[in-house]
Amino acid sequence: MHIDALSRRLIDCYQHGMPLCAEPYRAMAETLGCAESEVLACLERLQQGDGLSRIGPVFEHSRAGASTLVALAVPQARLERVAEWISAFPEVNHNYLREHRYNLWFVLTGPDRAHIDRLLAVIEAETGLKPLDLPMQNAFRIDLGFPLGDAR
Amino acid sequence: MSDCISPSDQALAQRLVALTEAGLPLVEDPWAWLAGELGLEVDETLALLQRLQAAGAIRRIAAVPNHYRLGYRHNGMTVWDVDDAEIERLGALIGAQPFVSHCYRRPRREGWSYNLFAMVHGRDAAAIEAYRNQIRALLGKACHGDEMLVSSRILKKTGLRIGALQRSA
Repeated sequence: MHIDALSRRLIDCYQHGMPLCAEPYRAMAETLGCAESEVLACLERLQQGDGLSRIGPVFEHSRAGASTLVALAVPQARLERVAEWISAFPEVNHNYLREHRYNLWFVLTGPDRAHIDRLLAVIEAETGLKPLDLPMQNAFRIDLGFPLGDAR
Repeated sequence: MSDCISPSDQALAQRLVALTEAGLPLVEDPWAWLAGELGLEVDETLALLQRLQAAGAIRRIAAVPNHYRLGYRHNGMTVWDVDDAEIERLGALIGAQPFVSHCYRRPRREGWSYNLFAMVHGRDAAAIEAYRNQIRALLGKACHGDEMLVSSRILKKTGLRIGALQRSA
C-alpha cells in the first residue's frame, strides 16, 4: 500500500510505544505537528489498508505458556499438503515456507511444554518427518519493530 | 502471566487481552472506552496498563505496523553458529542492530549447528543480503558458519488467539 509521510512518521514514532494519557491521539498529533483528526484519519487508512496490524497493548504470551520454533524438511511433492495440515492447528500462529532443506518453519504455542511435546509427537507420527524443535533459550531482541527510514 | 501480578490484575489482564486482541477502537479517547468496558475509572485503567507493562505481561502499547504490507516484502531468517562462550555478548550486540527485529539463542541439534537466530527485513533481496553481511562482520571469528533462509511464502500469520488455545488445551 502507498504510505504517506505522516503515516511513516507516525509508525516510526509510535511503533515502540504510544502515550498512556487521556486522548492519546491528541498528544500524538501535538508531537507530529498536525491535527488530532489527521492522526485518526491516518490510523484509519493504515488499518483499512492492513498497513497497521492493530493499535494497543501487545501481550507477552510466552510467559503464559510454552512455545517453540519448529522446522520440517518436507519432500517437495508433499509440501503443500503437509503445510496446509500444519496451518490448521490452532497452536500454530506463524507458518512460513523457506528456501532451505528445512523448508517449513512454524511456531507452536501451548499452555505448557507437555502440550508442545504431544503435538511434536503427533506431527512426527503423521508426517514421518523428524521435527527440529528449537525453543528460545534467550531473547536478545523481541520484535520491537524497526525504523521505516526514508521514503522511496 | 507472572508471579508478581496480583490475582485481581491477572483477572483484569485476561479481559484486557480479549478486549484489545483486534486493536483499540479509533475513537478520541480509547482509554476511556477501555475503562468503560472494564468498569474502571480512566486513571485506574492507565495505572493497570502501567503495572502490567512494568511486570512484563505487556511488551509494549503501540501502533503495530504490518511491515509486509508497507513494502518490506523480503525477510531473511539468518542463522549463525557462534562460540558458546561468546554468544551472550554477541547476541546482545546483534539484537541491538536497528535492522534486526528478533534475535534469539536457540539450541543446536543433530545436523543443525546454528545457535543464534536474527530476523532481518528489507524491500528487496539486496537489502537483506547487505544486513547479513553486516552481521557477519560483527560476529567475526566467533562465527563458524551461517545461512540465510528467505521466506518464499507466508502460509499463516496470526496474532496469538488465547481463546483458541484455551479451547484446545
